[in-house]
Amino acid sequence: MNNSLPTTWKKPPLIKSAWLRWGIVIFSIAYLYSATQSIHINWARIYEGSERGWTFILGFMNPNFSGRWEHIYTGLIESLTMTFTSTIAGIILSIPFGLGAANNLAPKPIYLFCRSFIAIARSFQEIIIAILCVALFGFGTFAGFVTLTFATIGFLAKLFADEIEAIDPAPLTAMKAAGASWLQQVNYAVQAQVMPRFIGLSMYRLDINFRESAVIGIVGAGGIGGTLNTAMGRYEYDSAAAILLIIIAIVMLCEYLSTILRQRIK
Amino acid sequence: MSTLTLKGLTKHYSAADKALTNVSFTVDEGEIVGLIGPSGAGKSTLIRCINRLTEPTSGKVIFSEKNLVSMSKNQLRTARREIGMIFQEYALIERLTVMENVLSGRLGYVSFWRSFTRKFSKEDVNTAYKLLETVGLLEHANKRVDALSGGQRQRVGIARALAQKPKLLLIDEPTAALDPRTARQIMRLISEICVKHQLPAIINIHDVQLAKQFVQRIVGLKAGEVVFDGKPNTLDESVLTTIYGEEDWNLPQENNIDSDDLEAPTTPVLKAIA
Repeated sequence: MNNSLPTTWKKPPLIKSAWLRWGIVIFSIAYLYSATQSIHINWARIYEGSERGWTFILGFMNPNFSGRWEHIYTGLIESLTMTFTSTIAGIILSIPFGLGAANNLAPKPIYLFCRSFIAIARSFQEIIIAILCVALFGFGTFAGFVTLTFATIGFLAKLFADEIEAIDPAPLTAMKAAGASWLQQVNYAVQAQVMPRFIGLSMYRLDINFRESAVIGIVGAGGIGGTLNTAMGRYEYDSAAAILLIIIAIVMLCEYLSTILRQRIK
Repeated sequence: MSTLTLKGLTKHYSAADKALTNVSFTVDEGEIVGLIGPSGAGKSTLIRCINRLTEPTSGKVIFSEKNLVSMSKNQLRTARREIGMIFQEYALIERLTVMENVLSGRLGYVSFWRSFTRKFSKEDVNTAYKLLETVGLLEHANKRVDALSGGQRQRVGIARALAQKPKLLLIDEPTAALDPRTARQIMRLISEICVKHQLPAIINIHDVQLAKQFVQRIVGLKAGEVVFDGKPNTLDESVLTTIYGEEDWNLPQENNIDSDDLEAPTTPVLKAIA
C-alpha cells in the first residue's frame, strides 16, 4: 500500500464558500421564523367558527342526493359535456402550438410566437379567464367551454412541446436524410415517440378539466359548479356533500381509466 | 465512373475547431471506402457534410454530376432520396413495426397522405418484403423494432437505406454498438449488397481490422485532414502511427486475429469486384 496517499475522503460540498453555505442556511431559518411570526391566529374566532364547521361536516356525513337531484343532474350533464368538448378542442388546437413550440422542429420566429402564446395562456388562472368569458359570452356552458379550451391549450401545448424536445433526435435525422418532408418527419419520427405521453397527458387534462368545470361554475360558467355554489349559499350542506362526492367519484373513475389506458399503450 | 467527388470539403466550427480541412477524394461506382481515424478526427462530420446534415463551410460535393452544396432545400431533399444512410445506433423508430421502418425509406418518393395512411404502392411493399428477405427478417415484418436485438435492428437499418433505391450509401459506424461476431456479419452483409448492386459506399469505422477485412480502399483522417488513401494491404504500422499516433501495433493476440481475418474472407469480395 502506498502510504503517502490520504486515507480519508469527503464529498466536495455543493457550494464551495463556507461563508455563503452557512449564510444561506442561517438566512433561511431566520426568514422561516419571522414569516411564521407574521401569521395572526385568532383562537376565539376559530372557537366560534368550529360550530359552523361542525354543521358542515355533519352535512357531509349524510349526503342528500335526492333533494336537489334534478339540479344536480342537469349540472352534471353540463359539466361533463363542457369537459369532454373542451378537452377534445384543446387537444386538437394544442397540437399545432406544441409542434411550433418545440425548438427541434420549428424555426426560431414560430418557436418564439408559440412559446409566448403558451406563456400567456398559462399565466392566467382558469377563474380569471372564466370571469372574462362570462362577461363576453354571458352566463352558461359556452363561456365554460371557451375557458377550459383556452386553459387546455396552454397546459397541453407546453407539455407536448417539452415532450417533443426530449425525443431521440436520431430517427428524425434518419428521416431527414431519407428525403422525407417536414410533415412526414413529424408523422414518423416524432409521433411514434411521443404518442404514449400525449395520450397520458390528454387523459390527465380530461380529469383536470372536470375538476375545473366545478370551480368555474361558481363564477357563472355553467355546470355542476353553479349547482354547488347554490347549495352552499343556501347552507344545504347535505346536497353540497352529494355533489362533492359525485365529483370525487368521477375524478377517481377518470384516474382509473387513464391508468388502464396508459398501461396498454407503451 | 465516379459517383461522388469531394472537392476541398471544409467544415470549420470556429477558428480553433477545425473539424474538416480541404478533404478531396473520389468514390467510383461499386467502390467501398472505409474511413478510419481516431475519435474526433472528423469521420462523422465528413459523412454528414456529404448529404448536408451538417452544412460544410466550403468545398464541393459532386453527386451524380450535381453539386449538393449549392442546392436549394427542395433540390437537396430530392437528392437525399438517392443517398441511403446507415447509423451507429440504428436511428430506427422503435415504436413502429419493422415494415413501417423499412417503408420509411420511401418517404421522399410518396405523398404525405399516402405515408400517413401507410398506403404505399404495391411495388414499394413488394420491394420492402424482398429487402427483409435479403437481410433475413422476413418473419419479423410485423414486429415492433423495440422487440428486436441489436444485430436485427441494424439489419432493419440496412433494409431501410436500401428501400430508398440509393445510388450511394453513407454508413456511420455501423458496428460500434454490436458484438464482434454480429459486427462481422453486418459488415459482410453490407459489403455483399454493395458488390451485388455495384453500390458505392463510404463506411466510417473505427475498427481497423474490420475495415481491412471488408473494404477495398481505406481513407485515413487525422484532425480533419486526409493523411492516407490506399489499398488495405498498404496500411502498415507506420501509416497507423501517422493516423493514430505512437502505439505498439504488434500486440501478439491482435496479430493473430489480424492475419486470420485478413486472409480468408477478404479475397472473395475482392475477386467479386474485379
